[in-house]
Amino acid sequence: MELQALTFTIVGATFAVYIGIAFWARAGSTKEFYVAGGDVHPVANGMATAADWMSAASFISMAGLIAFFGYGGSVFLMGWTGGYVLLALLLAPYLRKHGSFTVPEFISDRYYSKTARVVAVVCLIIASVTYVIGQMKGIGVAFSRFLEVDYDQGLTVGMAIVFIYAVMGGMKGITYTQIAQYVIMIIAYTIPAIFISFMLTGNPIPQLGLGGTLEDGSHLLDKLDQIITDLGFKEYTTNARLSLFNMFFYTLSLMIGTAGLPHVIMRFFTVPSVKAARSSAGWALVFIAILYTTAPAVAAMARLNLMATIDQPDQEQNLAYKDRPSWFKNWEKTGLLQFEDKNGDGFIQYTGTENNEMVKVDRDIMVLANPEIAGLPNWVIALVAAGGLAAALSTAAGLLLAIASSISHDLLKGVFHPEISEKEELKASRIAMAASIAVAGYFGFNPPDFAAGTVALAFGLAASSIFPALMMGIFSKTMNKEGAIAGMLAGIGVTLLYVFQHKGIMFIQSTAFLGNMEPNWFMGIEPNAFGAIGAIVNFSVAYLVAKKNPQPPIEVREMIERIRLP
Amino acid sequence: MNEQNTYWKENISLIIKCLVIWFVVSYGFGIILVDSLNTIHLGGYKLGFWFAQQGSIYIFLILIFYYAFKMGEIDQKYGTLDE
Repeated sequence: MELQALTFTIVGATFAVYIGIAFWARAGSTKEFYVAGGDVHPVANGMATAADWMSAASFISMAGLIAFFGYGGSVFLMGWTGGYVLLALLLAPYLRKHGSFTVPEFISDRYYSKTARVVAVVCLIIASVTYVIGQMKGIGVAFSRFLEVDYDQGLTVGMAIVFIYAVMGGMKGITYTQIAQYVIMIIAYTIPAIFISFMLTGNPIPQLGLGGTLEDGSHLLDKLDQIITDLGFKEYTTNARLSLFNMFFYTLSLMIGTAGLPHVIMRFFTVPSVKAARSSAGWALVFIAILYTTAPAVAAMARLNLMATIDQPDQEQNLAYKDRPSWFKNWEKTGLLQFEDKNGDGFIQYTGTENNEMVKVDRDIMVLANPEIAGLPNWVIALVAAGGLAAALSTAAGLLLAIASSISHDLLKGVFHPEISEKEELKASRIAMAASIAVAGYFGFNPPDFAAGTVALAFGLAASSIFPALMMGIFSKTMNKEGAIAGMLAGIGVTLLYVFQHKGIMFIQSTAFLGNMEPNWFMGIEPNAFGAIGAIVNFSVAYLVAKKNPQPPIEVREMIERIRLP
Repeated sequence: MNEQNTYWKENISLIIKCLVIWFVVSYGFGIILVDSLNTIHLGGYKLGFWFAQQGSIYIFLILIFYYAFKMGEIDQKYGTLDE
C-alpha cells in the first residue's frame, strides 16, 4: 500500500479505538469527570500517567533535540524523569491523603484562603496553556507531514481533532483511553529503534546498541563523534548545552516543574490509597523510562543515518540534490526542511560551518523522519505517525482537563458561584477547554521554540509557582497564606518577566526588549531554564513574608498533622 | 503525639537519604563531574555521558520503589496503615 494510504489506515484505526474506549467509559458524574472515581489500579494508573505525561515533546521532539545537541540534550532525559522522584517522595502521598479533586483545592484548604486558590488557578492556567502550545507545534508537524500540506494547514486540522477528542471525555474516559495510547506510543517508538539498532550494531536492544560497535568494529558513539567533528559540528558526547552551569539549572527546572504540573499531580488523586500513591509514581516512571532510555539511542542513530545519507562517506561526492530521497522531498513540502545550493554545484553540503547548505532542519522532524531515512518498511513509518499523534493527543487532553477543572471547579464552584449545578459545571469546563485550544492553537502558528523547548518553558512556570507552594504546605507547619501567595506571585512573575524580555511579550518576538541573546542572560542561564531560579525566588519570598505575618490557625496545623500520616 | 513525631522523623531521614542519591547520580555524575567521569569507559559509552543519558534514569526508578518499600515497613512498625 502507498505510504499515505497506509498512514491513514493505521492512524484511523487507532483513533477508532480511542473514541470507542472514551465512549464506553464516559463520565457519568463530576467526580468521575475529574478523578475517575478513585478506583484505578496503580499499574494501570502508572501507564495512563505515562501516556498523559509523554507528550509530543517527548515523542516527537526530544530525540531530535538530543540528535543535534548530543550530550546537551541530557537535560531533557534527566529533567523529565528525575521529577518523579520528587513527586513520589515529597508530594503524591500527602496530596492523596488530603483527598482533594484539584491542586488549587489543596492550596485553598492548606492556606485557608480563596485568594491563594485564585492565584494557584492563574499560575496553573499560564503553565498549562504554554504546555498546550508545545503540543500544538508537535501536532502541526505530524499532521503537515502526513497530509503532505504545509505546517499551518496541518496545525488547523490537528486543532479540530484535539477539540472533538478532549471535549468528549472526562478523566475516566481519558484514563482508559490513555492506557491504549500508551501501548500504541511505546510500540511505535521502540519498533523502529529496535530495527535501526539491529541494522547498525547487530544488537536489537537500543540501550545496548548505543554503547555497541558498528560493522567496522568502531564504537557507534566514537564513530559519530568523529564524523560530525570532521564536518565542523561539535563533538556529540561532550557538547554541553551552553554551559554545565546552564544545564544544571535547566535540569532542575524540568524536575521541579514535573512535580508542579497539575495534570500529573491530579493523577495521584485517582489511586485508591496513600500506599498506592507512592508506588504509582514508580510505575509511571517504569513506563516512561522505556521510552526515555530508548530516546538517546534513537537520537544518536538518527544523526548517524542522516549524516551518512547526505555526506555518503563511502562515495567521492556528497548526495546530489536531484538524487535526494523521497523523505527529503516530503519534508521539504512542509517547509520544515530547506536546502539552498550556496555554491551552485548541485550537491548537498551539510556541515557545521558557514558553507552549510541545509539551511533549515527543524529538530522536531527527526523522530518522524528517522524510519524513512533508515529505509524501514512503510508500516513502521505509519506506526510512528500514529504514535506521535497518540502522544500529542493524550497530553493535550490531560492538560485541557486540568485547565477545565481549575476554571469550573476552582474558580466557578469554589469561589465565584458556589451554587452552580453539576450540569452547569460540566458545561463550563467544556467551554474552558474549547477556549484553551483556540488560544494555544493561535500561538502554535508562531511557536516560541521547538516543541520540547516550549514545553520546557511551561515546566519553568510550574516550577516557579506551584511546586514550592505545595512542598511548603506539607513540610512546613508555619508557612501561612501571606507567604504562600507572595511566593507564588514572585516566582511566576520573575520567570514570566525573564521569558518575555528574551522571547517577546506573549511570545511575540518583536516585543522582546532584551533580545534572545546569550550576553543578556542572567549568569548565562537561558529562558527555558529559568524556572529553577523562579522557584528559589518563590521559596525565599515566601519565607520572608511568612515571618512577618501571623502563623496559620490551629485547624490548619491539625490538617497538616493528618496528611502526614497515611 | 510523640509516636507521630518519630514516625515523621524517620520518614524525613529516609527522604533525605534518597534525595542525596538522586542529586549525586544526576547533578553530580551527569553534570558537575561529567568531564572527569568521561575518561572512564563503559563499553562504547563514556561514563559521564552514560549517567546523563541512561544511568540516572535507572537509579531514579530504583529510588522510588525503594522509598515505597521502606515506607511500607515504617508504616507497619508504627501501625499507621491505610484506611
